[in-house]
Amino acid sequence: MKHSVRTIGIWALAAVLFCMSFGFVQRLVVPKYQSKSIEGSLTEEYYRETLGHDVLFVGDCEVFSNISPAELYRACGIASFIRGSAQQLVWQSYYLLEDALKTEHPSVVVFNVLALKYGSPQSEAYNRMTLDGMRWGSAKIGAIAASMTEGEDPVSYALPLLRFHARWSELEAEDFRCLFQKQSVSHNGYLLRADVRPVTRTPTPAPLTDPHLPETSMEWLSKMASLCKANGIELVLLKSPSIEPYWYDEWDADVQAFAKEHGLWYVNTLTQNDAIGIDYTTDTCDMGQHLNVYGAEKLSRWFGEELKARVQLPDRREDEAYQRVWQEKLERYDTEKAAAIAAQEGL
Amino acid sequence: METLLEILSELHPDVDFTKEERLVERGILGSFDIVMLVTRIEEAFDVVIPARLITPETFRSADALYAVIESLGEDD
Amino acid sequence: MLFTSWSFALLVAALVPVYYLVPKRLQKSVLLFANAVFYAFAGWGAFLLLLFTALSAYGFARGIGRLWDGQKETLTLHKTDWEKPEKKAYRERMEHKRRTLLVLCLVLHFGILFGMKYGAGILGIVNGWFGTAWDGSKLLLTMGASFYTFSIMGYVIDVERGKYPAERNPLNVLLFGSFFPILVQGPISRFDTLGETLFAPHAFSRENLEAGLFRIAWGYWKKLIVADRLLVAVKQLIRYPETYNGAFVLLGMLLYAATLYADFTGGIDITIGVGRLLGIRIDENFDRPYFSKNIAEYWRRWHMTLGAWFKEYLYYPVSVSKPLRRLTKAARRLGDGFARRLPVYLATFAVWAVTGMWHGNSWNFLVWGLCNGAILLLSEECSPLYARFHRRFPKLGKTWGYRAFTVIRTVLLLSSLRLFDCYATVPETLRAFGSMFTVWNLPLLWRGGIQSLGLHFADYAVSFCGVAAMFTVSMVQRKGRLLPRLHRWPLWKKLLLFGALVLTIAVFGRYGFGYDAGQFIYNRF
Repeated sequence: MKHSVRTIGIWALAAVLFCMSFGFVQRLVVPKYQSKSIEGSLTEEYYRETLGHDVLFVGDCEVFSNISPAELYRACGIASFIRGSAQQLVWQSYYLLEDALKTEHPSVVVFNVLALKYGSPQSEAYNRMTLDGMRWGSAKIGAIAASMTEGEDPVSYALPLLRFHARWSELEAEDFRCLFQKQSVSHNGYLLRADVRPVTRTPTPAPLTDPHLPETSMEWLSKMASLCKANGIELVLLKSPSIEPYWYDEWDADVQAFAKEHGLWYVNTLTQNDAIGIDYTTDTCDMGQHLNVYGAEKLSRWFGEELKARVQLPDRREDEAYQRVWQEKLERYDTEKAAAIAAQEGL
Repeated sequence: METLLEILSELHPDVDFTKEERLVERGILGSFDIVMLVTRIEEAFDVVIPARLITPETFRSADALYAVIESLGEDD
Repeated sequence: MLFTSWSFALLVAALVPVYYLVPKRLQKSVLLFANAVFYAFAGWGAFLLLLFTALSAYGFARGIGRLWDGQKETLTLHKTDWEKPEKKAYRERMEHKRRTLLVLCLVLHFGILFGMKYGAGILGIVNGWFGTAWDGSKLLLTMGASFYTFSIMGYVIDVERGKYPAERNPLNVLLFGSFFPILVQGPISRFDTLGETLFAPHAFSRENLEAGLFRIAWGYWKKLIVADRLLVAVKQLIRYPETYNGAFVLLGMLLYAATLYADFTGGIDITIGVGRLLGIRIDENFDRPYFSKNIAEYWRRWHMTLGAWFKEYLYYPVSVSKPLRRLTKAARRLGDGFARRLPVYLATFAVWAVTGMWHGNSWNFLVWGLCNGAILLLSEECSPLYARFHRRFPKLGKTWGYRAFTVIRTVLLLSSLRLFDCYATVPETLRAFGSMFTVWNLPLLWRGGIQSLGLHFADYAVSFCGVAAMFTVSMVQRKGRLLPRLHRWPLWKKLLLFGALVLTIAVFGRYGFGYDAGQFIYNRF
């Protein structure tokens, strides 16, 4: 009896020790996304939120670069969060939304329509950046199953060590520093940029081979619409301002038809440029692909007002609980914005 | 047996074939040696060693080899 | 299905508990089912071919077995009334019948193997001559065909030789031929030894489980950490033979020696380990081959089952065959020494030509095989010289330094021969080999040369540690088998070692996305 207790003890100790070492090494080699490819941090930063949001944004870089939740709050009193990530595909937006709805109930969900152009999994690296940060649950499993490119291995999503182990020889100081604690790189999912690279040329779009958006994307969009409807959420379709990548009239027609069929509000900001006031000589950081902080704030103010005009949203500036939390967020936002602008002017 | 030992020591003068029990395993008898041995034995004893008997077990030791040679002369 | 796939791991993980949980009489059926699952991944064509080979071999062996039985009966019946010459004539008649069946069987199955290996190439040549356009691309060597054909034909030959009776149960022959761990890269197995353990019922034993797991982990360790890492550099060296000449050829030789060893022995470790999990003893295929004193010894210790097969079923039969005996007699006129050497020389070259062809279907491999044969004969001819040398300096042979010298010499020699295995053509191989002596570029190695091979400094460091670990294990093995000693270790020590093996494989192994785990090199054959 004594002997078997001892044996069980050794086994248990060995199992714990093994799991701990494995977990430690895994933490060490998984990319931290703190100074390089910081978009990789976006998905997990959502879980730091303590209060709910009235508006959730989902979509690709056209949400996390172009909308500033801080400005939305300051100008319009809207509490929002951006669940965006680099090249987020429609089904990933769907599952990220499903994941968020497990813990909160926003009034409005805004989906940026650019990603509809992709009907199939695109890139393993972007998959990892979007999915690795998700908390475990049916939504994550669904997202992984829908997103894997050829040659990807589902086991490595459960054990990211199996994916990133090759980084053992490229570890940096950051990997050790941020082992257990990471800084927020975003402001409620917004990645702030203050650099200016004006648009110098108008792009000539390549002719479309297929005039329609892929069927798979539209099916996932339908699913998203049903999910919102079932939860009493207003789904808004948004096309953010950009010069490139080109947004084709044919695609626009598809989205319009979809919006009409489902009774959704579709905002194509490309037709609203004068009202928003985007100036592509000062408001973009990469020649018209993404807005910088100047452009993002303009768009946020305009979009916030439009949204408030259509949907009844509470003014969270008058809510004490929100005030406390957002005061801190705004302070950090202002400090980092000032630093970013100073850094640009110092150049 | 004498004749066999004579043939064997001709091949490897430095080995005591009366004692060694693992001739093939230890690499003392290589495949060349074995083919040469077969030819010499067939001449000396006037027998034919069929291929199926040329195995490591047969050439394990002088005794084993001699037993095989003797059995060849017999008839069932 | 490769060893480095989740499906293989899953198959083994599912097989082991099921194997021990079912009633013992069903264990063989479970194995057969696992083999079918394994082969389903290789495609139905491959599966049907294996089925055909096993069942036809079963049939031939049964036919031969019946002839044996009949002969025994008849001889007992006529024990008294037949005279010696009568009996002898009868026996010869029966032997002729058995031989005929055997030859039919061998021609059929080696013909199939030959067709798969060389069909495409031969068709290409024929198309070139006659301007035809026959498509040979479908004639592919199926998984494990080289290995199972040899194993199964060994069985039929043994039955013909009367070594043991023919198997009555066709499923046993099928199980022997299709046992999935040995399909990937051997070892070439014997029906009597493997069959004995394969067909027997097995009870679960902790020792087997433990030994199997350690053996498998060590196999993956060698394969994923050392072999697949160094293979990157080896491939780069071979791809640009004009750039990487001189000292780089030497570097490539040594890297390839380490790669091939880690890859092949690692794979065999996994094979034997999986067998061990099931209580099945699979033949060893290596006996620390790089510690051999000469090439002959090396070939007794490297890919042992292939060497033994060729010796037993080809080399000796050829060297004592009737035509060769007649030739030897005729050669007497040219001198006794010449006559004695003739069968040995002919049989050696025959075996090595075939061994070369077994390894690959280009001229390189034929030349490689013949060179091996030539070196073996040469060292045999020189052995009296060596003997005289050692009688003169009797103490030298026992010194550590001299033994190290012979070992290193052997490794260098066999690595030089392996260049044929690396480069695409014979002239290219010879050019690369020659450049080691004509091109002086050793300093280039550390002036950026080593870094240009696709591996980082850290990779070389890990590989070096891996090679050091393999060397240490081999040194420890000098004092006897490792796993029984490991079994006596206290539990905590065993768990620690196993955990360390798994964790180091997970971190330092080359596998996963963006890195296509290289197929086991011996899988091609």
